[in-house]
Amino acid sequence: MAFACIYISDFLVQAVVRAQPILRKEAIALIGGAPPLWEVVAANSAALQAGIHLGMTKAQAEEFCRIKIMDRSESQEKAAHAALMDVAWSMSPRVEDTASDIIVLDLQGLESLFGSGENIGRELAERVSKVDLVAHIAIASNIETAIYAARGFSGVTIIPMGEEARCLSGLPVSVLAITPEILKVLESWGIETFQDLTALPVLQLSERLGQEGVGLHQRAQGVYTRALILAELKVYFEEQMEIDDAVEDLEPLSFLLGRLLDQLCARLEARALAIRAVHVRFDLEPSFEKDCQSLKDETRKKTASKEYVRTLNLPVPTRNSKMLLKLLRLQLQSDPPVAPVQKIIMRVDSAGARTVQNGLFVPAAPDPEKLELTVARLTKLVGDANVGSPELLDTFNPANFRMNRFSFLEDRVAGRSGKLHKEKNVKRFVAAQSSSGKILPTFRAIRPALPITVELREERPVRACLRGAYGEVVASSGPWRSSGDWWQPESWNQDEWDFEVDFSAGHGQRQQNRSVLPQSGIYRVYYDALQRGWFVKGIYD
Amino acid sequence: MAALSLAALRSQVESDLRGRVTAPFSYRDRNIFEVAPSGILEIDSSVGGLPRGAMTEICGLPGSGRSSLLVSVLASRTENGEVCALVDARDSFDPQTACAAGVDLRQLLWVRCQNIDQALRATDLLIQSGGFGLVAVDLSDLAPKTVRYVPLNAWFRFRRAVEDTPTVLMILDQEANAKNCASLVLRLDAEAVRWSETVKSADCGTLPFCGKKMDAAAQGYSFARLFEGFSVRTEIIRSRMQSSNGLAPAVAAHG
Repeated sequence: MAFACIYISDFLVQAVVRAQPILRKEAIALIGGAPPLWEVVAANSAALQAGIHLGMTKAQAEEFCRIKIMDRSESQEKAAHAALMDVAWSMSPRVEDTASDIIVLDLQGLESLFGSGENIGRELAERVSKVDLVAHIAIASNIETAIYAARGFSGVTIIPMGEEARCLSGLPVSVLAITPEILKVLESWGIETFQDLTALPVLQLSERLGQEGVGLHQRAQGVYTRALILAELKVYFEEQMEIDDAVEDLEPLSFLLGRLLDQLCARLEARALAIRAVHVRFDLEPSFEKDCQSLKDETRKKTASKEYVRTLNLPVPTRNSKMLLKLLRLQLQSDPPVAPVQKIIMRVDSAGARTVQNGLFVPAAPDPEKLELTVARLTKLVGDANVGSPELLDTFNPANFRMNRFSFLEDRVAGRSGKLHKEKNVKRFVAAQSSSGKILPTFRAIRPALPITVELREERPVRACLRGAYGEVVASSGPWRSSGDWWQPESWNQDEWDFEVDFSAGHGQRQQNRSVLPQSGIYRVYYDALQRGWFVKGIYD
Repeated sequence: MAALSLAALRSQVESDLRGRVTAPFSYRDRNIFEVAPSGILEIDSSVGGLPRGAMTEICGLPGSGRSSLLVSVLASRTENGEVCALVDARDSFDPQTACAAGVDLRQLLWVRCQNIDQALRATDLLIQSGGFGLVAVDLSDLAPKTVRYVPLNAWFRFRRAVEDTPTVLMILDQEANAKNCASLVLRLDAEAVRWSETVKSADCGTLPFCGKKMDAAAQGYSFARLFEGFSVRTEIIRSRMQSSNGLAPAVAAHG
């Protein structure tokens, strides 16, 4: 049985730097605590070499001109830890959440998948680097040895079974998770390394330090064993970013969104999942003046912070971060936030990755991801309500359709058994139409309906005036009365007619400009009893 | 020596264009198209169908049957399982009659534009997206003058974008504007209108509302007749299509 330990050195710093990789090579000190008692809570090795030490006040740390002082971010630490757990679960289902910066994996059975321990270590390191963290990996026969080796050695370390004591001998005793009091005692005895500790007689150590001393002796020898405490599998993907200087422009904002999307996609990839929906929440910078303007007529109470929440639903699950960023950009362009963005919280709903089985005889269809991008661009061009596929409503109301989101793929995947009967009828109708050699006359709508003047004689239409031109009504059919929704403001009451109007005679006041004259043809005209007027609904074309 | 340098030059050009042009020195007959049935027997028998990877222009006055042809093609393509797009320059598409004609509305992406600029940009986006069986651009309600001002390079760009794709690009307008960018140009004209007379004599029918017996006075009333349809005359203005045996169809269709 073997265990692997993933250890992230300077975890607090790496969690912050993860969102801004450009800072990776800089000396960074993190400050935390309640103001005004800010103090340095973490620093990377470059900052420590420069003279920063933990517990230093913020004012003291700011004296170092080359040190970048940043705030500790618990939300980013949480996200980094979740990313680390995702990496671990991508390798093994048996994972222990030892600490925020330490994860232990049970490697039993992984040899058949990844090969030797070296391969597993390299694979782990590679997967951790994909979530923008740098880890030390150690593989050993027991959990504690793996943890100490990961904390003590950099890179990938493999400790063969039976050689634990020899391999750990050079490590300082500070690597052991011991209390400061015991560490002080050991220092006073001149014990600096594991080898020094294991050289002590166990009985005398027990007399002076109790059972804890015996445990330390076993750990330093690499023979201490315990059971793995399994972590509960979580499917929750969220990344956050706090911005020092609030961002107002779309370009820098999309850069930050791209970073978060990359991180989320890497996490989902590690779990073999894909994104089904993206929820974006911006905490906006409070602006008193803007609030007063926007809330002029409502309330002038100033809100502490405003939020901008948007959801991007995808027709098919995807992990293409570039495509997702383009979709988010299009959404932000069409509906930008009203104030600079202080904090970004991005959460994604996961789903199983899409599996596609194309057929030789299936007609070509647009690539769903490309199509989603095209629909988003079209939406930006003509508006949300003007793109989609129409769906007929079961009503006699003249507004008898609504626009739906265009998702042909969902329809293809979903069974059509419920509509099979209707489709068969339609096919039969089309086949009959084709065989008879006749085209069904199609109606062409005029939106909004045009007013028309109709002259009746003995309740029959004889003349019509459209756009200032008079025409003879050669033939007509109607009236066909429909009314409904009388209990609602959008009620209708219409008498519909089909008019064959001949405008070719060109009677009328505007006959000098014949290009604006309406074309002779068959019009659908209705008399609106509510508005008490005649209107042209469309033309048969 | 000259032959050797020519071969070297040829291989150099081929390697430079690799990935962009498949076979730069091989002749390809651009007049041989795969065709898609329009759903109308007369048109299919005379022109073979609508060319894929090329532009088809349908022109005619309002009421000439362009929308009926469009809906017929949409019904035919969606029935075949293809995804279609309709760029509607003046928001005049009627989903109800389209559905009645057999169009599967779930496979239709309808873009309702307000002007020609939006329509042309939407067409560009749809063609670049690829994968559509039919992209129909309905400019027929726009003033002919407006469509006439569309620069020729826009039509040329559309033609180039659909080339080598399975997409049928169909333009509907009042006049033929795409010139030689269109591989097939059809002009439609409406002919006789057909009205049904529900009663032929005084005692052979009932009134539609009350169910009473129709009398002689009811003859000629507008509620006693229905609009059945109209005949359409189709004329082939231009066709660059060749069948595989090289014969060009040249028969006008009468719908």
